[in-house]
Amino acid sequence: MPHIELRDVSLTYDTPSGRVAGVAGASFNVEQSEFVCLVGPSGCGKSTLLNIIAGFLLPTAGELRIGGKPVTGRDIDRGIVFQDFAQLFPWRTALSNVAFGLEMRGLRRPERERIALEQLRLVKLEKFAKAYPHHLSGGMQQRVAIARALAYDPAVLLMDEPFAALDALTRDDMQRLLAEVWHRSRKTVVYVTHNVAEAVYLADRVVVMSPHPGTVKCQLSISLPRPRDPLSVEFLACQKELLGHLTRPPEP
Amino acid sequence: MSTSADRPRSRWRVAAALIVIGALYEGVARSGTFPAALLPTLPTVARAMADGIIDGSLPAHALSTLSRVLLGLAIGIGIGLPLGVLMGRYRPVENFVLPLAGALMPIPSLAWVPVFILWFGLGNAAAVAIVTYAALFPMLLNAWSGVRAVNPIWLRAGSAMGAGEHTLFWKVILPGSLPFLIIGLRQAFLRAWIAVVGAEMLAASDWGLGWVIFDAKEFLRADIMLAALAVIGLIGFAFERLVFGSLERATVLRWGMVRAQEP
Repeated sequence: MPHIELRDVSLTYDTPSGRVAGVAGASFNVEQSEFVCLVGPSGCGKSTLLNIIAGFLLPTAGELRIGGKPVTGRDIDRGIVFQDFAQLFPWRTALSNVAFGLEMRGLRRPERERIALEQLRLVKLEKFAKAYPHHLSGGMQQRVAIARALAYDPAVLLMDEPFAALDALTRDDMQRLLAEVWHRSRKTVVYVTHNVAEAVYLADRVVVMSPHPGTVKCQLSISLPRPRDPLSVEFLACQKELLGHLTRPPEP
Repeated sequence: MSTSADRPRSRWRVAAALIVIGALYEGVARSGTFPAALLPTLPTVARAMADGIIDGSLPAHALSTLSRVLLGLAIGIGIGLPLGVLMGRYRPVENFVLPLAGALMPIPSLAWVPVFILWFGLGNAAAVAIVTYAALFPMLLNAWSGVRAVNPIWLRAGSAMGAGEHTLFWKVILPGSLPFLIIGLRQAFLRAWIAVVGAEMLAASDWGLGWVIFDAKEFLRADIMLAALAVIGLIGFAFERLVFGSLERATVLRWGMVRAQEP
């Protein structure tokens, strides 16, 4: 049984100029412990789809199941990381940000601080446990956000272009770190990006989306061995193939 | 951001400005252009202040003014803060309170003095009511703005991690709106402090710095009036710097939610 199942998921918005389809009939599965990237040009509904999986938006049609159960809203079986650095609570230290989800689960302070510190160690930030977010760089803030989303041990990690606002060098480091963290935690990950190289580096499978209305165009499995070498011939060939899928006009 | 090294320098600048203004005043006062009874020299004012402090009357007046302010402020914040937060959270409350606040806010608190005297009688109750009125609106409006200015991404992150409505309020919305809440507290205190002096002149009998100024007018004691004015200014300044300044440094400045003022 797939971990996440989407069947003909659609979402239409009511706007002053009438109904607009954000997502139209999207269907795909995500297996247990699989890393799936949603890739597509802006306006293809990939972030909308992620928000539907997160439970922030309810689909107007279709079905979404996680672990076989229909999704009706937010739940703590999903952790989420946004693109915006401001997602951390500025009034809480890195440690206390990471501990927030554990606090919500009613864990006692020593216990949740122990787990939070462990998670910070996973993203190599244990030295900055007592720092407030505004003293951390953008890349460090995103690492805290990843630790925070993993700390309460959700089965699914949802990521909405978490590294898009970082400089290229930091982004490479972060991708390497995330691949490592995922490898160790074996979470099911749905990762939204518009960066082809990033998708090829991270994903087991790429779901390619096309806009107007947002729908699944095709899916591409990436079976390159890990850790992946972005300069290898196979990697570049994969990147080329994915780019081809993205730019090819849809079949009539 | 102002560093700790900048602070002594800004203090020097404040001191320099005060000395220049003091010297100018002293020059005019000693020139004899105006009668000395109307424009007393600084040593005379200092002597009046020292006399008041030594016989204990000035501290007693200051204390009664301060207690009126703190009581009125507490009531004003006690009403304005929760009501403002509710306005920011719930549309019907906003729809009901906002037009009301819009209509009442432009009325100067001193315009209410005769009305409050009629309702509460001369004395403390009327003065406290005026202070409450003055403190209420800045707190209300800032709490309202603060709640609406909370970054929506904090709410989404919080609820994604399992925070319910109640927890979101205490652990996200309240700290998230703190920059505005502190501005609200500051402005409420300032308005209350301004209002209390006027209220005491008209409504309170016998005690309070406002009453001291008003009473000194009867005896043409400009030195006492100026001494009382100086005490009013000093207490207000001390509150602004010590209470609200340290509150800000311990919270929103430390968290990087607001930037430090340039000295």
